[in-house]
Formats: sequence, C-alpha cells, structure tokens
Amino acid sequence: MIYDPSTGAVILFIVFVTSVLLLSYYFSLKTKTSSGYFAAGGNIHWGVNGVAFAGDYLSAASFLGICGMIAFSGYDGFLYSIGFLAGWVVALFIVAEPLKRMGKYTFTDALDAKYNSRGIKLAAAVSTLVVSMFYLIPQMVGAGDLVVPLLGLPHWAGVTIVGSVVIFIVATAGMTSTTYVQFIKGGMLIVFSIIITGYILNHGLKLKPDGQYHEYVQIPAMVDEDRGLISKDPAYRVVKTLDYDQKELAKVEMEGVYRWFMVSRQDDGELVLDEMLSKTHKGDGTVLYNGAPREERRFYQVGHLSRVLGEGHEVEETGALNPFTFLSSIEESEIVRFERILFTDGSDQVTAWYQNITSGKDIMTPGLRFGIKEGSFWDRINFISLMLALFLGTSALPHILIRYYTVPSERDARKSTIVAIAAIGFFYMLTMYLGLGAMVTGVLDMESSNMSAPLLARYFGVGVFSVISAIAFATVLGTVSGLIVASSGAIAHDFMDSFLKIKMTEKKKVTAGKLAAFGVGIVAIILGILFQGMNVSFLVGLAFAVAASANLPSIVMILFWKKTTARGITASIITGVIASVGIILMSPVMFERYGLNPDDALIPLDNPGIISIPLSFLMLIVVSLITKKRNHTMEQSKA
Amino acid sequence: MLHGPPPKLKEDKASKRKSILGVKLFFVYFFVYAGFVTLAVAYPESMGVRVIFGLNLAVTYGFGLILLAIIMGFVYHLACSRLEDKLNIEDKKEGMP
Repeated sequence: MIYDPSTGAVILFIVFVTSVLLLSYYFSLKTKTSSGYFAAGGNIHWGVNGVAFAGDYLSAASFLGICGMIAFSGYDGFLYSIGFLAGWVVALFIVAEPLKRMGKYTFTDALDAKYNSRGIKLAAAVSTLVVSMFYLIPQMVGAGDLVVPLLGLPHWAGVTIVGSVVIFIVATAGMTSTTYVQFIKGGMLIVFSIIITGYILNHGLKLKPDGQYHEYVQIPAMVDEDRGLISKDPAYRVVKTLDYDQKELAKVEMEGVYRWFMVSRQDDGELVLDEMLSKTHKGDGTVLYNGAPREERRFYQVGHLSRVLGEGHEVEETGALNPFTFLSSIEESEIVRFERILFTDGSDQVTAWYQNITSGKDIMTPGLRFGIKEGSFWDRINFISLMLALFLGTSALPHILIRYYTVPSERDARKSTIVAIAAIGFFYMLTMYLGLGAMVTGVLDMESSNMSAPLLARYFGVGVFSVISAIAFATVLGTVSGLIVASSGAIAHDFMDSFLKIKMTEKKKVTAGKLAAFGVGIVAIILGILFQGMNVSFLVGLAFAVAASANLPSIVMILFWKKTTARGITASIITGVIASVGIILMSPVMFERYGLNPDDALIPLDNPGIISIPLSFLMLIVVSLITKKRNHTMEQSKA
Repeated sequence: MLHGPPPKLKEDKASKRKSILGVKLFFVYFFVYAGFVTLAVAYPESMGVRVIFGLNLAVTYGFGLILLAIIMGFVYHLACSRLEDKLNIEDKKEGMP
C-alpha cells in the first residue's frame, strides 16, 4: 500500500517526539544515582504511577495489535483485551504487595531476597532479557507499521527511528523519564480513543464507506463446452483457472493487466467472478499489486458491510448509534472480510485475499481466528493456552514489575495498580469499537493488521490521524523505553554487579546500564525488521507465555510455598525459558516464517503456555523437594 | 524529591490477612474467567445468545470480566486499607513512622 504523508501529521509527530526528548533530557539532569536510574528513586506519586502503569501496558499490542485483530477477526481480537486485563487481577491480588516488600529494584532482587544464590541471579537476569526481547519485537514491528502511513517511509525506517530515539531516551534518563513519558502518553491515548469512539458511534453503519472506496467488480461468467470458464463481459478474458482448497480461482486479463478472481455461484445459479486483492512475487523478483506495479496504486484498502440492519430492517445507513445499538447492529448485519490464501502460479508466488461475506453473529462471537467452533482439537488447546498465558503473564513481565518499586509504600503500589486496572479496562472496552469501526469503514490494509486503528483515525480526518499517530508513536517509545530499562537493569545490575560481582561505583553502574541499553536497542531494531507483517498482539501473546512460564512459578511459589529452594527457582526459570521458547520456535507460525509448511510444524501449538507453565511449576516443586532433602541430609551429617 | 534510595517499609501486621484476602479474591475471579474460557470452548454456540441491551453473551461476559476486575480491585483496596488501619494502629500510637 502506498500512502501520501500528511504535512500536519508530520509536523505534529516531530513536535511530539521533540517534546518527549526534551522531557527526557530535563529528567536526566536530575538522575544522579542508580536507584534514580532504575526505579525512579521509589518516590513517584501513586496516581502518576498508576497512569504510567497503564501507559506501559497499553503498548503497541493494545492499540495497534488488538484493534487490528478485531478489525480482521472480530471478537477473537477482543479475547486479548479480556486476557490482558485479567492478568492484572493476578498482579494485584497475588503479587503486587508481597513483591514490593521483598525487592529493591528488579525482579531478580525480589527473587533473591530470601536466598543469596548466584544461580537465581543468572537465571532471572537471562529470563528478564529473553522476555523483554520477546516483548520488544512486537513494539518495534508496530513502530515500523506506524510510520508507513504517517511519514510514507518503509517499515525498516520506522523501526530504526524508534530504536534510535529510545536508545537516546534510556541512555540519557532512565526510569524517572520513562514514568512521566508513560504518564502523559497513557492519559492522551485514553482521551483520544474516547474521541475516535465518539466519531464511530456518530458515523453509525453505512453500506458504502465515505470517500473514494473501491467498487469491487463482479463479472458474470459461464462455462463454455469448448473454452471452459469464460467471462460474459467482453472487457475481461479468463486466462486460466486453478483449484485451491475447494475454491476455484480465475486469472483474468483486462487491458493487459492480470488479476485474480474467485469463482462463485449465486443464489439464482448464475456463475460470477468476484474480484480479489493479490500480491504477486514474480519469478524475476518483481512484485505486482493486483497485477500492476505498486506505484499504480491498485492495491486498495478494504472492509465494508454487504448488508446493514437498523431497527430490524435493511437500510443504506443506520445514522448515529449508541454503544449498545452499535454492537447489536453489527451482529445483525453482514460484513465483507478479506481472507488470505497463498498459492503458486507457475514460478509466481501469489498472496491473494478473497471476499468472505461473514454474518455479524460470527463476527461478534469467538471462533473466526482460533477455530473453536469448527476447528480441531489443537485449535481448542491453542485457545486455552493463549487465555492461560494472558492471565498469568502480566504479573511476570519485567518492565511491569519494576514499576512496583517506583512508589513509596505498599498502599501506594496497590492504589497505582487499581488506577491502572481502571484505565486499562476502560481502554480495552474501547478497542471493541475501534476494531469494529475499522472493519466496516474501508480502511484496512491487508498487508498489516497493525495499521487499522491509525487508518481508522485518518478516515475521520487528518487532524485526529495526526494526533493519534503521534500518541501511538509515543506509545511505542514509552514501552520500548521501559523494556530497555528492564533489560539494561538485568545486564548491569543483576548480571554484572550481583552475579559476576564486578566492583562498580554508582556512576559506573549507570554507565554500564546505558551501554547495555544501547546493545539491547540494536538487537531489538534488527528483530523488529525481521518480524515485519506479524500482528503485534499475537507476538505479545508469545511474550506473555514466556514470562508466565519463566517467572510466574518462582514468584508465586516463593510467596506461598515455604519449601521452595534456590535450586528449585533456578531450575524453574531455566525450564520455563527453554520450554516456552523451544515450543514457539517449533510452532506452525514460526514454520511459516521460516518459509516452511505450517502443517509440518513439530509442535501444533502456536502458544506454548499450556505446556511450559505447568512444566515450570512442576520443575520447581520437584527440584525444591529433592534439594530440600539433600540440604536436610547434609545438615544431619554435619551434626 | 524524585530521587534517592527506595524507602524502607515499616512492619505491616496486616500483611498475612491481606495476603489471604488476595488469594480468595483471586480464586473468585479465576473461576469466573475459567467459566468464560470453558463456555467458549465447550459450548461456543451459547456465546451468541442475547443477554442484555441487545448484546450477546460473548460481549456481555467479556465486558463483565473487565468491569469485575475493576470492581474487585476497588473492593480489595478498601478492605486492605481497613485492615492496615485496624491492625497497625498500635504502631501509630507508639509514634512509629
């Protein structure tokens, strides 16, 4: 897709990013100690911290990823909203206060508070790094996707810009700066999401989206005894047909341009050819969009209604709707979704999107993406695994845990968490409207679901688009900053200071943290470019699974099981990291990324949580029981 | 104001009871959440049933889970604050920080 950059959006973007950098620089002048760098000195106000919590959490996954997934797959995207928020219940009721009582700056400190174990220090530092990296990838992918319509730049440029700015922010300021950046961004994101939701409700549902929405062609066709399938319209010529998974596709030529159509039979028995979108990688390396070079702009934005029901009867448009009637009207209507298929045509690799008229009932209930209605056993297991990982992952994320230490008391940590839950919960309810709004207003870019929310904002005007893009960019900046602070803390504080016992002054600790931030930032940029095109919520779901597998068993058991030993914790963290990352690397979605057939994946699960989380718990219990006995025996023999 | 070492926390005599309360509330929410996942997997057709304000069960349950988390969080905070005020009152009388 080619986008024309908007001058207003670009100016606002530059103003916003410059403001963030200046704010960051201002706070950097005040950061003198390592506690100020890593945990903001433990003196942030709980209200600010709560909104900053929300700012941390409402990352690219929430704004770009969830909205995009709802826009593409309906209710299944909203499952991420439910799961992401439910995770906060675990954080508040089980982890928040006891952990604050135990720790100093980082997750490792908290775990190591009872044991002076180098094994724990190393394992937890590795886990923090791995989880942060898994969480960083989707943020960088989101950043890259964002600048495509915003600045008209390629994906890799967006990733590099975000990476560079964040490295600068983190290397100059640390946690205090990220807290205030997150506070401002979190607040603005919620306010502007409310504004866009207002636009959506006021717009209502329309059969034809406003503006220059492409009219999809439907050609009458017939089967000729001699020539096979032919078009009844002489302007079109069927060149060839091919079968794909019980669907018949037709390659059609018009004025020298070759496009793909889906062959279907209407209710009256007549054959028709429905226009598809396609992206063809030719054998000679060129890429064609709907049969033409990209510059000809034939690759259209999509998403429209084929039938609109308002107050029980079919209408052209519903007019303004309230939050309830908007959802119920969608459920009664029919939506044209574009579904992706991959096939080869000689030496050409074709990715095509066909029109799939989907009932509102299917859109508004789970199943379109996760296949829990008609899918296989593994589809259902995958769904349960995802919901488990989302539920247990939040409190195990390193950059969220760090924020528990930035307020002065347990009561403040609790109040911060409640402010965060309220703000995040409200925002997640809005994602339903943002996603469905994008689904039916002809703004979707089939190459990336992540752009749905910003493109929806553009539908309502360049002004809103400018602001929301700037906020979304700041969203990524803030989250990536928090993650890089967590990662640099793991390297400089947990690994170098605590594990390797390198003697460093306060100043040198901060310098080591900044150097570590630089290194992590570079790796994040590279991975962000490699994972282009994947939905960021899906990727964050994987980060949650790794976090829940590696960290949560240790956190929970150290709080609630007295027989937990240092070796048990170390074994659990290592098992969690290896099992979760291993399953992800052998999953269908990664096989597709490797260019292999997803059906050949070694493990038919995309989300590893259902295996790796219990395994990690089990390992902790078994190793703790064994080492407890050994310790007891050693004590007896000494006596 | 913004910097300096993390504050030392005073002894909290309410911590054990707060912990038990947290675990109880966690299990309440867990069962409601597990109910949603079970319904979605075992009885997916039930998710389309109209429940309230023209919304189906999937939307109502989903929004309900979000609202429940907010309400339970608030209740938990009030209960914990009350426990802290009640059980730590001796410390206050003795003039501890």
